[in-house]
Amino acid sequence: MPNYILNRLGQSAVVLVLVSLIGFMVLNLAPGGPMSQFALNPGMSQAELDRIAEQLGLKRPLLVQYIDWFSHLFVGDWGHSFRDGRPVLSVIAGHLPATLLLMGTSTLLSIVIGTWVGVLGAVRRYSVFDTLATVGAMVALSIPTFWFGLVAIFFFSLHLGWLPAGNMYTIGDQSLGDYAIHLVLPVLVLALVNVAIWSRYMRSATLDVIDQDFVRTARAKGVPYRRVLTHHVIRNALLPMITLAGLQIPTILGGALVTETVFTWPGMGRLFLDSLGYSDYPVIMGILMFSAVLVLLGNLLADLLIGVADPRVRLA
Amino acid sequence: MSQRDDSDKGNSLLNPTRRQALAMAIIGAAGTLLPLGRASQSFAAMAAPPSGQVIIGLSQEPTVFNPHMPHIEVDDGIHWNVFDPLFGISPSGEFVPALATEVPTVANGGISADGLQWKVKLRSDAKWHDGRPFTAEDVKYTLELIVSPNFRSGRRAGHDLLRDITVVSPTEIHWRMEKSYAPYASILSSTFMVPKHILSVAADVNTAPFNNAPIGTGPFKWGTRVAGDHIQLKANPDYHGTQPQIDSVIFKYIPDLTVLYTQFKTGDIDVTAMQGITPDHYEEAKDLAGRTVVILPVATIESVTLNMERPQFKDPVVRQALYMAIDKKTIIDELYFGLVLPTETYMPQQSAYYNPNLPKQSFNIEAASKLLDDAGWKPGAGGIREKGGVRLSFTNSTTAGNQIREQAQQFIQQTWLAIGVEMNISNLPPAVMWGEYWVQSKFDSVIVGNNFLTGADPDTRDYFGSQSTNAKGGAGQNNSQYVNAKVDELLAQGAAIQDVAQRKAVYVQVQDLIRQDLPILPLFQYTYVRGYKSGLKGFTGNINLRIEPWNVNTWSWT
Repeated sequence: MPNYILNRLGQSAVVLVLVSLIGFMVLNLAPGGPMSQFALNPGMSQAELDRIAEQLGLKRPLLVQYIDWFSHLFVGDWGHSFRDGRPVLSVIAGHLPATLLLMGTSTLLSIVIGTWVGVLGAVRRYSVFDTLATVGAMVALSIPTFWFGLVAIFFFSLHLGWLPAGNMYTIGDQSLGDYAIHLVLPVLVLALVNVAIWSRYMRSATLDVIDQDFVRTARAKGVPYRRVLTHHVIRNALLPMITLAGLQIPTILGGALVTETVFTWPGMGRLFLDSLGYSDYPVIMGILMFSAVLVLLGNLLADLLIGVADPRVRLA
Repeated sequence: MSQRDDSDKGNSLLNPTRRQALAMAIIGAAGTLLPLGRASQSFAAMAAPPSGQVIIGLSQEPTVFNPHMPHIEVDDGIHWNVFDPLFGISPSGEFVPALATEVPTVANGGISADGLQWKVKLRSDAKWHDGRPFTAEDVKYTLELIVSPNFRSGRRAGHDLLRDITVVSPTEIHWRMEKSYAPYASILSSTFMVPKHILSVAADVNTAPFNNAPIGTGPFKWGTRVAGDHIQLKANPDYHGTQPQIDSVIFKYIPDLTVLYTQFKTGDIDVTAMQGITPDHYEEAKDLAGRTVVILPVATIESVTLNMERPQFKDPVVRQALYMAIDKKTIIDELYFGLVLPTETYMPQQSAYYNPNLPKQSFNIEAASKLLDDAGWKPGAGGIREKGGVRLSFTNSTTAGNQIREQAQQFIQQTWLAIGVEMNISNLPPAVMWGEYWVQSKFDSVIVGNNFLTGADPDTRDYFGSQSTNAKGGAGQNNSQYVNAKVDELLAQGAAIQDVAQRKAVYVQVQDLIRQDLPILPLFQYTYVRGYKSGLKGFTGNINLRIEPWNVNTWSWT
């Protein structure tokens, strides 16, 4: 096991270096840059723009900039944002809690509900419930989150006035209840799509297991149906779900861009979009590396968990 | 029956002794007389302490809090509240003293007749938010910081002409200009004073903690910032000018305009600042209960800017014909819902220097076609006109994603095709559009909104002076590469004159020439649709500034 982990970490390191190199090159070779936002400022000229670019260190050769940035990564200096000058790690850390709250809650909810809907659908195949769940899932997957979010705000906020129209909290009142009520709509919107996805996966995984010989044997032996379900079917059906859950980790911390924009949620997704818009290179690279690390860790975790949960799997 | 003791601190205000009542009456009477002693428009109001909160919604996030570092419009909103300039500018274009006791002019001796010697007298009662007094040392420090080579300064133009900045006393400062530069007053009116005692001791001003927790002399102090979400400013009880009546100002960042409007409707935000309410929502917005929606004129002019070095645009007849073949009225009425102002010039109509006598454009396809026919531009391959090997075919670019502009582009493309001109649309994302493509004049033509002025100052050498073209080795924003010796002469003249009436005569001529030469085809003058809750008093636009929350210290809730 330790060998396996070391091996994987070694591979991850190589991937990370590659990701950083490609990301850096693409970012810098793309036309435009952080100076464009100032081009229309009064009194601005090419000479002034060049001066500002030079002072930001952007006129150095690309390789020098890359090595400088990369070597500082190891000492925890991920650079400073071009916009407000704060350290990139602080910027990311500042936006993480919001994303964690939103994505964590919605993922948890969607896993719980999705599992339940999926298993029930598989067990009662082609029943009214199953058909409704299937159709519902297709509809939910096809609805654009942007549209659904705005409709939800229109209905629940503008018309009924039950829920706030967005934001994470009311400024001045940051009680638990305040956070909770602000969480309802965005989680609903996000969870809807995720429930659809999870329920389909779960249904398919359950169907795979339910026809297996050992399930039939258990039924034949007289094991109560309930116990067959929980003890044999679901446990085995959940195994592929572990891999999927591992792949969800980067999303949980990466944020949902569209939902965050519609509900004015100050999370990672919006940070990424804003940084792209202003070509805030240090923050963009920071988020890129952060996501890459999360993807690699998520995969590693999923593989390790499968190895622990499923005795049939032997990790090399 | 015993007299209540004077030292009884209990209900003394509600139940005063005779002595206390007399004392309060005297203080109250003195208080009402106090404002009469001040000459300037700002006086300390003996009002109730500031209370309440106002939430301003913005569609871009303010991130630069040091007013001298490179920043965008939305950052101005924070600067105007946390800092003060020496003197500000009112909506009607007059300078209003802020940290200076009076606006330096030639008449009061603040500026010498030749425009070179400046003497500015400063207030003695202004204090920084940390309690330290504001003095002339801070002014000297600020002006020197802006041109300091190691400082990542956003704008040096004008300040680089200052020499021999001398602190005569804590309330007086003198300096000399290298040459007479009339627009400098306008530049100074948005130059905010920063504290010497904090920044001069910072290891590196570019990364000082001050940049994320600024300290100024303004009506509001820095409160908190939740990055990506909002910024809170708190009222400054020791402000030397008009005391703020609202205690807490929140600048809330809402990136999507539809969501901004929705939160305005639900009341989650009190005021919409940039980019406000889109024209298509205006009809609905103006009828909202409890909301006031205003249309504010802005100094930005939308135009089709031509690259004068392109062979297609060298012939003035072509430019006239192109201008004549734009249906401005339909664009304004249909695409912008009639909310923007038709114009023939780069000068905003509210400016004291506006020329109202420019020839009015009228949309006439036949006349435009005839102009081109008579000048020898004959339809060639595909019906596109050509002459001397030059085909009237070129690209037009604007920022991708701005839907109304894209529609205007397509409409212009259509009408131009009718006169035998082929315009190809090539839109780019803002980061690319305003990069080298714009600054180095690599475009054929663009649709762009520019504010050609320097604050309220009519000097436009940056845009129309032949020395201001980057692609030709100059420095400025004359990206249309326009060259007109007479205009150069007039602009140089205008920049050296201090008297408004004399200057107007000069700039009227400049507008005539620009209208004749048509390096830009003016489409309209922008207006902004802004909304606020009807209970808010004091919200006023200021065409000489780029933002609306410039006078939050005069806002109050009824």
